[in-house]
Amino acid sequence: MNSLLELNNVSVKFPTRFGEFTALNGIDLTVHAGEIHGLVGESGAGKSTIGAAVMGLLQSPGYVSAGEILFQGENLRLLDDDAYHRVRGDRISMIFQDPQTSLNPLLTVSVQLIETIRQHNDMSVEDARERAVALLRETGIANVEERIDQYPHQFSGGMRQRVVIALAICTNPDLIIADEPTTALDVSVQKQILALIRRLCTERNIGIILITHDIGVINEVTDKVTVLRSGRVIESGLTGDVLARPQHEYTKALMAAVPRLDKRLDRFSNIVGNDELTNSDSSWVIDGASAQYATNWLLDGKQLLKSALPENAVTQKHADVKLDEQTDNRILSVTGLDVSFSAEGSDFFGGRWFGESRKFKALSHVDLAVQHGEVLGVVGESGSGKSTLAKVIVGLVNPTAGSMRFDGEALPIGRERARQHPARRRIQMIFQDPYSSLNNRQTVEQILAEPIRFYKLSANQTQTRQLVASVLDLVEMPQRAMLKYPHQFSGGQRQRIAVARAIVAKPDFLICDEPTSALDVSIQAQVLNLLKDLQSTLGLSILFISHNLAVIRQMSDRVAVLKGGELIETANVEDFFNNPQHAYSQQLLEETPSLAFG
Amino acid sequence: MVKRWQKWARENELFYLFSNNRIAQLAALLAFLCVAGAALSPWIAPSNPYDIASIDIMDSLIPPVWSENSDTRFLIGTDDQGRDLLSAILYGTRLSLLVGLLSISFACVLGVSVGLMAGYLGGRFDAIVMRIADVQLSLPAILTALLIDGVARGILPREQHDSLMIVVLTVAIGLSLWVNFARTVRASTFVERNKEYVQSAEIMGMHPIRIMLVHILPNILGPILVILTVDLAVAVLLESTLSFLGVGVPPNQPSLGTLIRIGTEYMFSGEWWIVIFPSAMLIIMVISINVLGDFLRDAFNPRLR
Amino acid sequence: MLSFIARRLLQSVFVILAVSLIAFSLFRFVGDPVAQMVGQETSIEDQENIRERLGLNDPLVTQYTRFVGNLAKGDFGYSYRTRQPVSEMILKRMPATLELGALSLIISLLVGIPAGIYTALKQGFVSNALLVVTLVGISVPTFVIGIFLIYLFGVTLGWLPTFGRGETVSVGWWQTNYLTWSGWKALLLPALTLGVYQLTLTMRLVRAEMQDVLKTDFIKFAQARGINYRSLYFNHALRNTLVPVITIIGLQLGGVIAFSIVTESVFQWPGMGLLFLDSIRYVDIPVMSVYLVLIALMFVVINMLVDLLYVAIDPRVRLKGQHG
Repeated sequence: MNSLLELNNVSVKFPTRFGEFTALNGIDLTVHAGEIHGLVGESGAGKSTIGAAVMGLLQSPGYVSAGEILFQGENLRLLDDDAYHRVRGDRISMIFQDPQTSLNPLLTVSVQLIETIRQHNDMSVEDARERAVALLRETGIANVEERIDQYPHQFSGGMRQRVVIALAICTNPDLIIADEPTTALDVSVQKQILALIRRLCTERNIGIILITHDIGVINEVTDKVTVLRSGRVIESGLTGDVLARPQHEYTKALMAAVPRLDKRLDRFSNIVGNDELTNSDSSWVIDGASAQYATNWLLDGKQLLKSALPENAVTQKHADVKLDEQTDNRILSVTGLDVSFSAEGSDFFGGRWFGESRKFKALSHVDLAVQHGEVLGVVGESGSGKSTLAKVIVGLVNPTAGSMRFDGEALPIGRERARQHPARRRIQMIFQDPYSSLNNRQTVEQILAEPIRFYKLSANQTQTRQLVASVLDLVEMPQRAMLKYPHQFSGGQRQRIAVARAIVAKPDFLICDEPTSALDVSIQAQVLNLLKDLQSTLGLSILFISHNLAVIRQMSDRVAVLKGGELIETANVEDFFNNPQHAYSQQLLEETPSLAFG
Repeated sequence: MVKRWQKWARENELFYLFSNNRIAQLAALLAFLCVAGAALSPWIAPSNPYDIASIDIMDSLIPPVWSENSDTRFLIGTDDQGRDLLSAILYGTRLSLLVGLLSISFACVLGVSVGLMAGYLGGRFDAIVMRIADVQLSLPAILTALLIDGVARGILPREQHDSLMIVVLTVAIGLSLWVNFARTVRASTFVERNKEYVQSAEIMGMHPIRIMLVHILPNILGPILVILTVDLAVAVLLESTLSFLGVGVPPNQPSLGTLIRIGTEYMFSGEWWIVIFPSAMLIIMVISINVLGDFLRDAFNPRLR
Repeated sequence: MLSFIARRLLQSVFVILAVSLIAFSLFRFVGDPVAQMVGQETSIEDQENIRERLGLNDPLVTQYTRFVGNLAKGDFGYSYRTRQPVSEMILKRMPATLELGALSLIISLLVGIPAGIYTALKQGFVSNALLVVTLVGISVPTFVIGIFLIYLFGVTLGWLPTFGRGETVSVGWWQTNYLTWSGWKALLLPALTLGVYQLTLTMRLVRAEMQDVLKTDFIKFAQARGINYRSLYFNHALRNTLVPVITIIGLQLGGVIAFSIVTESVFQWPGMGLLFLDSIRYVDIPVMSVYLVLIALMFVVINMLVDLLYVAIDPRVRLKGQHG
């Protein structure tokens, strides 16, 4: 079999003010017709750069500095701009990550398809339209005759990605570069799109380069895989061989960091070595500050609380405790929770004056409880209401109906919760995006000292500093980090700081809203390990929200499944994964790409 | 110490961009010279153009020193009243800059506080404020300024009018520019409000005013600085335009606009210097402010780089 | 879509009412209307009679309602200065200002949009030169531009008149410059003066928007599909810059009318702006307040047109509520 695309020793450089940055360093890669070749790696590995280099669309000022890109035997680097542009779309095409932004919002699907087809083929508008209809049908869009003249915003995310794929194949290219084609989609849609890509590859004998960070996707759909790190090829070969018997240390570590859907591990082991934490900064310390000091301080508060509680409980809540023995161990419970948003904004001349204020129901009749010291995993696709649930509990969103109880007492909804309400300290939250969850204009010390001061947890300035340094130690950050600003840290380090900020308030209950979905797998494994350690040391109760079933399996004791704002199923984690009761749960489990081999 | 400074200089984005932008440096230098000349005018100007006693009408319309019939006392000539043009320009620049800075500070304080509250609190307050901004926008800046000036003329007695004119001018220009601040700050606040660090402060139960001042404001200083610079240029232009139209500063305290208006009357008869020099001063000042504004806009707007 | 337009209409009505309230307060509280109307010899008693007859003793709400009602009927009252009906004065001046504004807007769009696109797409000497010109354009005050144009074309070269409208032709009550050679000559310098600032604003805006759009995914995707560059720039990219550009141009139109005050003053152009300037000098409140309401009305009408253009351009506005 002749190779379709061959990269020989390709290097790409980006000149910056700190010198030239080598994004790709001597890449060798071969892709054949009719096969899907996966490129996998963490952020900064250079996988998207390979795609851009092949397309000849490297972001300025980047350039290919060495090597040759042979496409059907022709060196693309030797083509001039015009000739290269004629190759694009005609012989090599591309699928982008986000279907929301990759279609022109002001042109109908038919206009975009017909234009592309006629760009590369000499045919009439009618013929092109006929071909467009056939393509949309082939990519699985129902009711094509009617939908073809609609605008992109009238399609759902998955349907839009089908339109993008139709656009990519409408000129019969020989090679398609798919850059994270399913990352923005829910698992069920992801499964369908991957199947579509597989089918097109086989039926049309197209070579496909599939760029992804998700080893599950690689395992599910690719024939061959190349593992990249920092612009170099680490390992390459048949997908089954590489994933089942990784030769290189990095690949092994990467595989170990991927959360398993099929079994629960106590901890992730053998994870990627972390250079960023073991730097020389560790010599800078504050007197008396240590992880042990932080742990003692955090636990000290707990014991005080526990010893203080019974006295109150005996005098005031004696009756309550006896009444329902079962609820005794509940730290948080929500009953009959309803949340609806109006689709129109609350304008001065808002929609309500003209009808049309459509209500969107984010949660309906949700009953849920978390026991003391338990991790409850909440799983659901986008729009299932899982984040809304978190926001209702912390008081950011006001429910339209329902009630909440926290540690035996009624928990007022957001609007009615006093600013000094004790639950505001005892419930803390860790957010998804470490780049927006820290105030960039404050030093890490200011960020971490804020809760300590706000809740008046320390006696004096010296102790505050000590605590800040100790908590940083506890989350495995150098103490010196307190002098820096958030933008000086990587995503994983920022998330550690965010964890530290939540922990330092001495919470009893922690809400983690997709805490690792913005992170690379190796970093994810580290952060999940950290959360597990903290949970067991401090005896925290955690509501752990994620769209990723494998992560949920690793973290939770019990699982709750949300769909379209409704609670579908709650079960113990082992029961759920071994024997899901509800049809939707079964479907979810089946659609999640898995690393189970054979 | 030196090492730390070098490290800061390398890592500080703004400083790095500035040190690599010759045009911005030149503009900063010119702007600095304008401000310094204006601020020091009582000490560096050859004479005091506001002091009627020192002005001799016999000295009127003397050309610059390199022309015929010139007088070495007056480097770039005199105006129709016999004022030394160089001194008049220095004092005029001072007046123009003073009005510009005062009005822009007024607009900034008003616009930023309103914009912060509108963006953060949202709801009815936001709706009402933004409707007022709509009304304000439908009356262009120059019209608002003229109108307020006209009203002041109607209300204030003539003798007080001149002395209060600078205050009126400041309020008029400030009121016509606050909307730019309010709209920009509101939009930026809206973006910040939905970021998770703000939500985290809300969950803690922090007071809204503290959230706005401690968390949001420091994060939106960039766009505020850009508007501040760009609108300072607009304010200086507005002041000169109003003075040119004869509704600005009092005639015995000429600003650059007043000098240009006087100059146009003599332009046709060959006394070109009265209109040329103040115009040049005004243009240089505004261009350098605008160049700095463009520089800041590019620096704070990474998507355009 | 209907609710979108209805909401905008309601906002427009609000703006007009708010501006008319300002105009009314001007009229009612700045100076004493009666004192302005009568001579100094009129007795207090007579003044009181006039006051009663004009309804100045009625409750303020009644007065305001009457004020708005009169405005709606086209009854704008009488000028303090000339004692003529304000409507007549303004109507006589309006064509001059509108013709000036229209021409300068056309100049600014015809030059500004292509120049903006060019500087966004091409880098090099011409682009940089254009950018320097725009910098000068936003930095040099309108009146200085006018003075220099007068000096160059009027005084030094003597090609074009430096003040007044030249010969005009009556089309009904409308005095137009567009039908005579002399009218065009007189119009050219003021229109250029007024157009330069708008031109530079338009150009800078088109450039910035175009640069933004060229960075979007859908442009990159179109490029990756090999769509030819002409269509990429002018069909895909330009169309997406239109919405913000139209918004700003709508706002600018109001600016054109307002800045015509300055231009008209420099060129002694007998338009509404000059009238307004005179009315400010002489504290002629009725003229001031009517001019104010007229400007706001124009602004609102222009913005309604802009909204309708949105609907035509952007399917997301047109098809609101029909998400798939």
